Parts: sequence; structure tokens; C-alpha cells
Amino acid sequence: MNQVYYIWLAVALVVLLSTIADRSKTWEGIRRGAVMLRNLLPQFLLLIVLVSVFLGLMSRETLAHLLGQESGALGVLIAAVIGSVALIPGPIAYPLAGMLFEQGVPYTVLAVFITTLMMVGVITFPVEKEYLGTQTAVLRNLLSFVGALLVGMIMGVLL
Amino acid sequence: MKRKSWINTEYAIVATFGAFILVSHLLSWTVGQEMARNFYEFSVKMIMLVPFIFVLIGILDVWVPKEAIQKHIGEESGIKGVFYVVLLAFFQGGPLYVAFPVAHLLWKKGCSIRNVFVYIGSFSALKVPMVMFEISFLGWKFSLVRAAVSLPVFLVIAEILARYVRGRELPMSRM
Repeated sequence: MNQVYYIWLAVALVVLLSTIADRSKTWEGIRRGAVMLRNLLPQFLLLIVLVSVFLGLMSRETLAHLLGQESGALGVLIAAVIGSVALIPGPIAYPLAGMLFEQGVPYTVLAVFITTLMMVGVITFPVEKEYLGTQTAVLRNLLSFVGALLVGMIMGVLL
Repeated sequence: MKRKSWINTEYAIVATFGAFILVSHLLSWTVGQEMARNFYEFSVKMIMLVPFIFVLIGILDVWVPKEAIQKHIGEESGIKGVFYVVLLAFFQGGPLYVAFPVAHLLWKKGCSIRNVFVYIGSFSALKVPMVMFEISFLGWKFSLVRAAVSLPVFLVIAEILARYVRGRELPMSRM
């Protein structure tokens, strides 16, 4: 919540400075931003729907249960899949990971979960596709998925 | 710039969701009601965040000179360019879906395609507000090692993606 206020403050400051410097240029900038947003509106709407459905089907308890149950290779895979599909906001994801850590879930599982959560975006795919195209977006997500597994395994060895 | 059929697909899914919510409301299905609540909460969050990000991007688009971006993080920028891009992502916050419009802006201003992918990678793995949060729940050792291990991994991913994309046309070059 507080983060939003900082962003508002930053945007207000930028708009103010920009207006002082050049009013018509500022309007042009706001117009361009509005056009970009309008073009992406269906994708953003779809994103909100997908997040709502996901969080509706997967409660915090279900997530914790799924992530904490298996610890071997299967656990890593489950963590990778959940992390890829989920778009869990930080304020929910980190306490969840912290709780799992205290329950003794291995580093590899947690690292894979956190890394896929951040780098792989199945739910954000509609937005990503508009910028990168379907093929490149699929490739980026696949590579990130493999990369996240790699990060997790290296961390399992190191920690 | 848009293919009409995709817009229809997206709106069709959204409409189906709307119908499901309505039915859930009438029949008091808890899952549907839960989803409706999520939809409302997440929409409010997005409305409070996303338009402002786009205003910022629009204004930066107008002011930031292409030459500067091209010189510092463009095709010829080398390892220093990578460093700048990582640093830029470092001090940002926000979810992945905000990274793509910003990456698009960089690309439009002459940032090399490899650095665009470096930006997306470092945005997702290294941004400070998130790492701070991570440290408080998982400890600094976990975060530090994760960041250090992630960096080379997504640099390699960025290189692979850049090679794949070169010579192809990305949709964002038409936006």
C-alpha cells in the first residue's frame, strides 16, 4: 500500500517538473502513455481475471500444503510449476516462503519457487506476448523455467 | 497493429468469467464469490498502479533522448551497458507485467535487444524493494546467494534470447 503512495509522489513530481519545462510536451507524453495503456487493456483485464481465478482455487493453505509436502525431485517440480503459474504478490509470497523455511522445506525448493515466481509468468503471458510475440515469449519463459531449476539446484549445493 | 481475433478471445474469457461470477452470486457458490472478491481487490490495486506507470513511461518517452540510451546501453555498449541496465532494474519495484512496457520503452530508444532481456531478467530477480522483503523472511544469506547465482543464469538467458530474436521482427517494434 505504502509503495503506491511513493509511486504517486514520484509520478506527480515528474509531471510537475515536466509541465514547468514544457507544457505541450508533457501533454504529448501523457497522451502516449494513455494510448499504450488503452492498447493493452484487454490483456490487463485478462490478467486480473486469471489472477482472481488462480487465487480463488488456491488458498494460502493449499499452497503451503502443496509446497511443503514433497521434498525430493517431485517437491522441486511442484514448486517450479506453482511458481510459474502463480502471480502471488510479494507480501503473500515471502511470508509463505518464510513459513515453509521454518517447517524445514529445503533451500532448493524455496529457491525454485521464488525464482520461477519472479521470472516465469504464465498468467502475465497475455501481456508479454503483445510485446515479444508468442514464440519469443514462450522461449523466454521456458529458458527462465530451466534457469530457475538450475538456480535452485546450485543453491541446494551451496547452502 | 492488433489482430482482431485475439482481442475477441481475451474479451470472451473475461465475459465467461463475468457470467460465472454472476451465477456464483445467484447460487451462493463460495469459490465464485471468492474469485469475485479477488477480482475486485486486484482491480483496485491495478487501477491505483498501472495508469500512473504508463503516464511515467509516456513522459520519459517524450523527454529521454534516443542518442543517450543508444550510446550507453545500445548495441555497441558492451559490458558497461549490461552493468547500467542491471543497475537500472536494481532500483525499481513492481510486478513483472510492469517490466514489459518499460523494456519496450528502452528498446524504442535504442537499447540493444540483449540488454532488453538483461533488463527483464534483472528486474525479476534483483530489484531492491523485493530483495529487502525477501531478506526479512528468508535471511540475507539466502537472498545474497540467490541473487549471485541468478545473475549469471539470466545473463546467459538474455544472450540466447538475443541471438534467437536477431533478424526477427518483434511485435513491439511496430508499437
